[in-house]
Amino acid sequence: MVRDITLGQFMPGTSVIHKLQARTKIVLLITLIVFIFLCKNFISLLLITLFSLSVIMMTRISFFKYLKSLRVILFIIIITGLFNLFYGSGDVLWQWWQLTITTGGVYNALFVIVRIALLMMVSAVLTYTTSPTDLTDGLERLMKPLTIFHVKVHEIAMMMTIALRFIPVLLEETDKIMNAQKARGADMESGGIIKRVKALIPVLIPLFVSSFRRASDLAMAMECRCYNGGSGRTKLKVSRFGLADLFAAVISLSIFAGVIILNILFPAVL
Amino acid sequence: MSVIRAENISFVYSPGTAFEKTALDDVSFEIEEGEFVGIIGHTGSGKSTLVQLVNGLLRPTKGRIFLEDKDIWEKPKKIRNVRFRVGMVFQYPEYQLFEETVYKDISFGPRNMGLEEEEIDKRVRKAAAFTGLRDELLNVSPFDLSGGEKRRAAIAGVIAMDPDVLILDEPTAGLDPLGREVLLSQINDYHKIRKNTVMLVSHSMEDIASIADRILVMAKGRKYMLDSTANVFSNGDELEKLGLRVPQITKIMMMLRKNGMNVDPAVLTIDQGFNEILKCLSGK
Amino acid sequence: MKDFIRIENLYFQYEASEEDENRSYALNGVDLSIGRGEFVAVLGHNGCGKSTLAKHINSIYLPTTGDVTVNGINTKDDDRLFEIRKTVGLVLQNPDNQIVAGIVEEDVAFGCENIGVEQKEIRKRVDSALKAVDMYDYRLHSPDKLSGGQKQRIAIAGIIAMEPECIVLDEPTAMLDPQGRDEVMKTIIRLNKEMGITMILITHFMEEAVLADRVIVMDSGKVLTDGTPREVFSQVELLKKHRLSVPQASLKSF
Repeated sequence: MVRDITLGQFMPGTSVIHKLQARTKIVLLITLIVFIFLCKNFISLLLITLFSLSVIMMTRISFFKYLKSLRVILFIIIITGLFNLFYGSGDVLWQWWQLTITTGGVYNALFVIVRIALLMMVSAVLTYTTSPTDLTDGLERLMKPLTIFHVKVHEIAMMMTIALRFIPVLLEETDKIMNAQKARGADMESGGIIKRVKALIPVLIPLFVSSFRRASDLAMAMECRCYNGGSGRTKLKVSRFGLADLFAAVISLSIFAGVIILNILFPAVL
Repeated sequence: MSVIRAENISFVYSPGTAFEKTALDDVSFEIEEGEFVGIIGHTGSGKSTLVQLVNGLLRPTKGRIFLEDKDIWEKPKKIRNVRFRVGMVFQYPEYQLFEETVYKDISFGPRNMGLEEEEIDKRVRKAAAFTGLRDELLNVSPFDLSGGEKRRAAIAGVIAMDPDVLILDEPTAGLDPLGREVLLSQINDYHKIRKNTVMLVSHSMEDIASIADRILVMAKGRKYMLDSTANVFSNGDELEKLGLRVPQITKIMMMLRKNGMNVDPAVLTIDQGFNEILKCLSGK
Repeated sequence: MKDFIRIENLYFQYEASEEDENRSYALNGVDLSIGRGEFVAVLGHNGCGKSTLAKHINSIYLPTTGDVTVNGINTKDDDRLFEIRKTVGLVLQNPDNQIVAGIVEEDVAFGCENIGVEQKEIRKRVDSALKAVDMYDYRLHSPDKLSGGQKQRIAIAGIIAMEPECIVLDEPTAMLDPQGRDEVMKTIIRLNKEMGITMILITHFMEEAVLADRVIVMDSGKVLTDGTPREVFSQVELLKKHRLSVPQASLKSF
């Protein structure tokens, strides 16, 4: 059923990682991902893997949940892994018909799998430990400098907030409308692609109509509460950088520096 | 012969996940052909789940439902035929309107049934007449109708399938008193003329009291009782313990009785109440 | 102090989207005066103009002719728009469509944030508003999982946090179940009695109108009758003529 889809997998908690500023987490996450892809040998890859895993441990969320985040892309991991396995140069390890596995291929495959898996899991650290509102707020503040280029940062953030708020509402509504049409004999489960697309019309039109109605209601409600864009607004929660954020930044930066040094000290395998 | 029979049905939402929730727990009942059954219960008592199970939109986790002695899930591929025979009007049904004209929207169900054009036309006009939609409204866009007209057009869309059992989930929600009264009397007239079985879910005890033969009371996913309307409402104290009300007039009778007046508390309409009080006063 | 809200000779016509010769007026000459601290119910069936009237009180709609003044400020005075909206809050029918944020307390803070209340003060106001509607324990919840009655109380808290003198509620219980209706009505009465907030309740439920200090009945864009619930509901014949029903229990009593 549609209503089973859960959006934003935020898991409330009190860990050090939970308490970090959303801005800190976003910036460090992006840098971490860049460095995951900058690792050129197994030693630097090992360093960044250990670092990522310790961050994951620090969130005090069961590791199983992180493995679950991989499930969605398991297929992609396997395919790219296999593809890389058979694609590469170096000593031939195994050969059959057109397929050859080389040492280079094995290295490639290992790197790709570890990188994609790490990428997913550290991204999950951000979404698991940061509430959607904190996340939007963090993005809004990070993008603030863009206002000088006339980017409507506040408006974008407000749109994200409203979207996050209304996605579950609209999913539930979709479910209701689908049931109502099914009760009138609408057949949405069989037939070819064209028939199925056509079968969606009785669901999509009422959904659009109701979304517009909701939008106009919401606009009125916001007006009633004196909404006037971003200027002169204050915030219930003003987050300030704390010591924890500083520590997080220092530790991460030293790890990143370590990666660069290890990349220079040891020969690249790729 | 009972038209609907439920045997020990249970329903669990999202089984095996963190959101697992038992909505219905081992419910059995029988509904006779031509009955008008009211269904009452708190929000979350399982009454909406129950009616969706009866028309095959949900499949019971456990137990079986029979439509005229045939298990409705015997051939899952044919479940659509069950939905045609057990018509379901959801809460706020006007949100399902989508066609260019009211006529086309009402004909959506009959057309899905694969009927002949002539038969469809007959049914659309009949359904529109039952719900009091004037002929000239059939050719306008459903989105141009007033709130009450939209509601009636949506109900007509289900009636046009000519179901043997008609289920209505809170059909009067959000209407003003006049709109409620008119719609209820239309449903009642339809029931009397068509002689089919109607199941009406409602929060309004006054509505149910004035119209239902029997009442099914649901509480916490279980059947609390299924009995004649008079019997159910004469258990006023029990209903109030479940957080349900009784009709205002029944409540007055209960209070009069508590204060020593010898009236029958099983009074459902104002006229009955009026006569009952007169009888009691003149008797003294 | 009868003149907290004054409505004089108010006519209102919706702007027609197409050529429409004889458009009717949604409001047809309304004169009303509402005092500070009153609890007024405006009753009437759909299309009688009661919702349109509600939206005039905080400047969502402006009169076609006539005037609405709140606390001495004319609602047409564009420069003082926010002052009016800070004085008069509006709660709408559908609880889902007026909650902006994904966390209860952040939604309650929304109005305060808009009018630039200082952070510490917002915290204080949000907490006391949530306590006033008895939803403090839910402050960190997502509104999705709440019942209709709870959502509507959150919407009311969001208005209270702006510290208005008056709240207009436009059929706030129409989409709720009896329990939710009860919760919301109790909240309205309590806020009126304890905090002295003027309440204007638009409704078509007679059972709710009875709870107010004063009932105004509208029909075809006009005020039909105005008085205490006892005065209004004893006019059974007048109400019947205008096809309004009275609470079941009063039908035979007069």
